[in-house]
Amino acid sequence: MFITIAIFIPFLAAILVPFIYKWMPSRKIGWFVLFVPLTLFIILASFIPSVAKGGTYIHTMRWIDSAGINFTTYLDGLSMIFGLLITGVGTLVILYSIYYLSEREALGRFYVYLLMFMGAMLGVVFSDNMMVLYVFWELTSISSFLLIAFWYHRKQSRYGAQKSMLITVSGGVAMLAGFIMLQTLTGSFSVREVIATIGQYTDDTLFLLAMLLVLLGAFTKSAQFPFHIWLPDAMEAPTPVSAYLHSATMVKAGIYLVARFTPVFGGEAVWFYAVSCVGLFTLFWGSFNAVKQTDLKALLAYSTVSQLGLIMSLFGLGSAALNGGYSADSVIYTQATFAALFHLVNHSTFKGALFMVVGIVDHEAGTRDIRRLGGLMSLMPVTFTIALIGSFSMAGLPPFNGFLSKEMFFESMLIIRELDLFSMGSWGALFPVIAWIASVFTFVYSMIIVFKTFLGEHQPDRLDRPVHEAPIGMLIAPSILGLLVVGIFFFPNMVGHYVLQPAMAAVYPPFAGAEGMVPHISAWHGFNYAPLQLTLGVIVVGVLLYLSLRYWRGVYTIAPMRWSLDGLYNGLLLQTERFTTVLTRFYMTGHLRDYLVYIFTFFILVVGGGLVLTGSFAFDFSNDAPITINEYVLVFVMIGAGISILFVKSRMTAIILNSVLGYAVALFFIVFRAPDLALTQIIVETVTTALFLLCFYFLPDWKREIASRSTKIINAVIAIAVGAIVTILALTVQGNKLFESISVYFEDSYALAGGKNIVNTILGDFRAFDTMLEVVVLFIAGLGVFTLIKLKARKGGQDVEDQ
Amino acid sequence: MKINDVILRTVTKIVVFIILTFGVELFLAGHHNPGGGFIGGLVLSSAFVLLYLVHDIETVQKGIPWDYKKIAALGVFLAVGTGVGSVLFGAEFLTQTASHFDLPVFGSTELSTILLFEAGVALTVVGVVVTIILSISEDV
Amino acid sequence: METLITILVGVLVTVAVYLLLSRNLIRVILGTAILSHAVHLLLMTMGGLKKGSVPLLGENAESYTDALPQALILTAIVISFAVTAFLLVLAYRTFKETGSDDLDALRGVKDE
Repeated sequence: MFITIAIFIPFLAAILVPFIYKWMPSRKIGWFVLFVPLTLFIILASFIPSVAKGGTYIHTMRWIDSAGINFTTYLDGLSMIFGLLITGVGTLVILYSIYYLSEREALGRFYVYLLMFMGAMLGVVFSDNMMVLYVFWELTSISSFLLIAFWYHRKQSRYGAQKSMLITVSGGVAMLAGFIMLQTLTGSFSVREVIATIGQYTDDTLFLLAMLLVLLGAFTKSAQFPFHIWLPDAMEAPTPVSAYLHSATMVKAGIYLVARFTPVFGGEAVWFYAVSCVGLFTLFWGSFNAVKQTDLKALLAYSTVSQLGLIMSLFGLGSAALNGGYSADSVIYTQATFAALFHLVNHSTFKGALFMVVGIVDHEAGTRDIRRLGGLMSLMPVTFTIALIGSFSMAGLPPFNGFLSKEMFFESMLIIRELDLFSMGSWGALFPVIAWIASVFTFVYSMIIVFKTFLGEHQPDRLDRPVHEAPIGMLIAPSILGLLVVGIFFFPNMVGHYVLQPAMAAVYPPFAGAEGMVPHISAWHGFNYAPLQLTLGVIVVGVLLYLSLRYWRGVYTIAPMRWSLDGLYNGLLLQTERFTTVLTRFYMTGHLRDYLVYIFTFFILVVGGGLVLTGSFAFDFSNDAPITINEYVLVFVMIGAGISILFVKSRMTAIILNSVLGYAVALFFIVFRAPDLALTQIIVETVTTALFLLCFYFLPDWKREIASRSTKIINAVIAIAVGAIVTILALTVQGNKLFESISVYFEDSYALAGGKNIVNTILGDFRAFDTMLEVVVLFIAGLGVFTLIKLKARKGGQDVEDQ
Repeated sequence: MKINDVILRTVTKIVVFIILTFGVELFLAGHHNPGGGFIGGLVLSSAFVLLYLVHDIETVQKGIPWDYKKIAALGVFLAVGTGVGSVLFGAEFLTQTASHFDLPVFGSTELSTILLFEAGVALTVVGVVVTIILSISEDV
Repeated sequence: METLITILVGVLVTVAVYLLLSRNLIRVILGTAILSHAVHLLLMTMGGLKKGSVPLLGENAESYTDALPQALILTAIVISFAVTAFLLVLAYRTFKETGSDDLDALRGVKDE
């Protein structure tokens, strides 16, 4: 129950923020916002002991029962980790942002988006129902879009926002298709139920397709190669956003998805190869590209891409354990997943700290370009210390938490060589090699971050203002993260036991309670420990590469490197825009008549053609009610009035003829025993006529219709064809009653709805939803009328674009 | 829109009240007899429109200083609110209930949440219709 | 009776479609108004005509007319009223801004 509420609290707070901000337009608004994730974090943390004992919490709120879509929230070890990250890092980021953003920014808007994101992200990790998960998933993309484009007057921001939106949302749609396929297979939208029943469907073709589509969603969200290109451009967002969305939480949603669906797809060769190879290549590509960046934030973006690849590849390796069920042999492969979860936590701590450090440098020095920075160590000692902790942890050095997870990563990569599944053979040897090379680059760029910025020569003449240490408030959040980085190194098994162990149980449900799932993490295994030797190798080669950087930088300018995925994306976008413009211009002529001609021609062809082709004419006049003489008169009056509207010269006559039609319809309603309708029709007709007349007061008189003869003939043909088809169709429908009328049900209205007027009980009770929406439509129309008249376009509105 | 017509004015004074009464009557009758929120609302709004036609807008606005947009908004709120209200009581969206009450003057009367819903409908109709007419006629 | 009304509906639809295809804004709006009249009658006819008493349970009749189409039409009447009002104001406003009620003259610019 609490979990369900927890998802909605950020949304509620987001609704409140604009009001509070209006009342108190200062940065103090941040303290109110800070309260939200902090409370959630504390309450969530109070669940840790019981979840660590294997407890799970399920709460279902019925929603669209008939379609199997219910608001089910599920708290287990896996969602716990993510929930803690979202609320924990969220707290720190908001604390940081209070000091980071200036008072002149649109703080209200910023915090609304941020809270919206927080709620959506909590929704993603706590939802059990795939449809609900999808909705929240896309909501994170949307709030990310809004946050990247926060400084929307900058062209780059808008470009980055659009790019991230296009890539992640198209991945999301693919994922939706995958979800629907899973539902088709198993008959349930619930992830837990899918996990329980998927075993019998693994040979289905849909299964493979669903797997690939779900992976597409995960890869786009988590910026895996070749979809990683949106992440560097997303760095246009304010730094707190980058720290929160684009390193700690949103980009990890893809990881979460892979972890969550490992019990569904894990153990399959395709899943194993797709996840681990894509992850491994992303790891390499990201770290390789990070080295060449000169903008600190771009560097961190590529490093995030790379680290996400690392975690992803570990999940891929870990899925091998699910092939063939539990055995003493297979359990060893679960170590990769354990390392992945551990690194997930570690990455959030050190990367969050580094982002905040970069934000501080940017804030104080006015630039993030490492060519202009240097020698800041003596000016910003605290910032330097945090940067040192963060980057050394990222490089995998002791005594920081990155060292532990990096060693476990190497170990998993080494173990996988022994896997004799999926025709691994000698290919397995390639895994640790790539991993090692990527780690060398990781080491190099980690050193660049800290040493190029803080050591070397200070260049005050290349900076806009004198640099000094950041205010204390800005240092609190990164310091806490820095302390965590060190703290986890010394007490890793706290995290392992309380947080990672229940998550392992969630990823490997068949292995529940098995031995050897949760290793004892220790920093020292002796000198003969292979991962340690790999780490030492990384340090030696990394230092050499770092020192010789300027000699091999030329690698990045070799031709194939220039041919980039970004170019492909831009070209694709441009071509699509061009093509659709041409296509749209071709049929969107701007003439209302043309559009109506399309519609009516389509109607004639499809409905008329359908009638002719199927030959389903069947007229049956036997059931007709008798006609009295005055009804004949009424019908002929209407036909006469209708046809003469076409020929009258004055608009006044036309409107009166229209009223004749309206009142005649009202008379028919009386004949047809519909008193409510007759009453309504009479009044509405009166008001409508009055409205017409009121408008005529201002509008010009009818001119003669200037149209060529052929146009008129075409119009007449279309009109007669449509009229004829409608008549024939209606007569045919009356001739063939395929179903019994459902209206008998409503005749019990007094017992069912407590009213004797059947029509009104249908309106107010049986089909109240229609009526409610109708009222809303009416209201919107009224507002539309009001705004059309009252709000005049302001000439020469200011143009804020393209600054 | 200023029409100086003594007969019309005099007649209107009485007729408006008859129309208003009729509107309320129709609205309340809706449960068992022809009538209901729409018709009631339309009749009520026609009474208001008549008032605005006969007297000019400023005069009426002084006597009845309502913002009809707000009335319409209130109506939508009531209509949607009864729907949400039933969810709060654990029933499906827009579930209506009815039961009998012993009221001091009216005796045993049947009160139903449909009445609230219909009131929302009627208010919206009144608000929207008068808003439309007023907006057009004010904008000369 | 049903057949007769259906034919009437057909005629009204023809008139409405012809009006919709014309260039004058007011004629188009008139077309939508007539189209909704036609549709209301059509809905009514589909439920069967004059086959029972007024759908009020107080009448204690043998059988009642189909109430469902009536409810649908009631909704439709109000909606079409709202749409007509909106369109009228749109036309009015368009005329005030551009000084034209000719749809051909009002078509959008070729390139934005």
